[in-house]
Amino acid sequence: MRGQEAREQAGRKALMATLAHAAADEIARLWNESGLPSEAELLRGPETGLVTVRGRIGGGGAPFNVGEATVTRATVRLPSGQVGHSYALGRDKGQAKLAAIADALWQDPAHREAVETRLAAPLRAALAAARETKRVETAATKVDFFTMVRGED
Amino acid sequence: MYVAVKGGEATIANAHRLLADRRRGDRSVPALRLDQIVEQLALGVDRVMSEGSLYDRELAALAVTQARGDMIEAIFLVRAYRTTLPRFGYTNPVDTGAMQVERRVSATYKDLPGGQVLGPTFDYTHRLLDPELAAGAEVEMPAQRPAEPEAMPRVSAILAHEGLIEADGEMPLDHVPGDITREPLQFPMARDIRLQALSRGDEGFLLALGYSTQRGYARNHPFVGEIRIGEVELELDVPELPFAVPLGSIRVTECQMVNQFKGSAKAPPQFTRGYGLVFGQSERKAMAMALCDRALRAGELGEDVVAAAQDEEFVISHSDNVQATGFVEHLKLPHYVDFQAELGLVRRMRAEYEARENEDKAAEEKREAAE
Repeated sequence: MRGQEAREQAGRKALMATLAHAAADEIARLWNESGLPSEAELLRGPETGLVTVRGRIGGGGAPFNVGEATVTRATVRLPSGQVGHSYALGRDKGQAKLAAIADALWQDPAHREAVETRLAAPLRAALAAARETKRVETAATKVDFFTMVRGED
Repeated sequence: MYVAVKGGEATIANAHRLLADRRRGDRSVPALRLDQIVEQLALGVDRVMSEGSLYDRELAALAVTQARGDMIEAIFLVRAYRTTLPRFGYTNPVDTGAMQVERRVSATYKDLPGGQVLGPTFDYTHRLLDPELAAGAEVEMPAQRPAEPEAMPRVSAILAHEGLIEADGEMPLDHVPGDITREPLQFPMARDIRLQALSRGDEGFLLALGYSTQRGYARNHPFVGEIRIGEVELELDVPELPFAVPLGSIRVTECQMVNQFKGSAKAPPQFTRGYGLVFGQSERKAMAMALCDRALRAGELGEDVVAAAQDEEFVISHSDNVQATGFVEHLKLPHYVDFQAELGLVRRMRAEYEARENEDKAAEEKREAAE
């Protein structure tokens, strides 16, 4: 794969990951503030279904099925022709539709910048802050072993 | 002759209306909201997700409420709901080594990369009921410790190079992971299928079996190599996109049990392993699963099968609490015709028995009289 194409795919995937992790009401709030168009034709869904989650035996061995999780997906087409997809855990159909529109808009050079700065960047900042808070709270419970010298030498 | 019996429709409707009322309880007490259950009864919600085999916190919380806190009933509701949804596919296997760790402990190694992190644990509490909690006291915010992010490789990966511990469980390259939600159980079964059944198995049942192995029924000298709890990323391959689509993250608990093994005709002395991986935060379940996984590998490792925990058909056939409760609880449904038939049979046998007794008694009396 050419470098340009790989970067393109990585950017699109990163946006999808952000939208899948973000809270639905946060996406809706930012969308309203962003002035991004939300007009799109639904080609599929939004529909809720299941994925079967796989793990690996021993953590790194052969795959096995652990259980299922709810996932909601949508596919849209913009008036300008771009087709966008979304998949996210949970059952929020509004989130699925907005995320699919965001994916489609991102593919349109006229809108990519706005999607990145007005939607993805603030969502990423909020996710990173929440993740960091959790990390330092967890770090406070790290065990510091020390050795006690007992008795005379 | 077969007589169909109908009746009780109005009664059943009234019983369900009464159930709804009792579920709601005293109307002067505020009704529970699902977000309260998700946030404050989180481990109960996790158990319903794990044994209901469906990761969805709000649905599990709804099931807990609808079932009035009856966990097995809630698990049943979740299992039934699953069957109404289409299936989008199988995710790529989660990478627990890349987990955002919320707890990680090892009982075998004190100093390991990433360290021991206690996280939100009941361990080292004194198990004293807290009257302040009952009074609704404010709870302080957690302590924070700024620290550089550190990688936390799985303990098994750290130990592997010594060669004294088994590798992660491999299967032949062309092996497609079995799926008990698609194909009926067949014995003997491969380890991947057993693990799927154990991961959704009843916590109490697996706990008791794991405990039995510690008490000497299929003893296998376990150590907790590692327990880790945290969020892992999910990705799904879909035809419409040229890359695996990210779905978000789920919380799981993983347990690596390490077992001393003195060797057999099939394998040299080494540390063998049992593996547990369950939805949510549930280390008791993950540990029990790992103990059972190891015990069930008896055949593969050339051990004698002498105890219940090593008997695959026994363990896997009885680990599902939805199946178990279905079969046990069906006994309370009308069995009038069955019972009538049995009653007739027992009456006849009793009559025959008494006739025989009387005959014997008469014969005895006759013999005594003759003597």
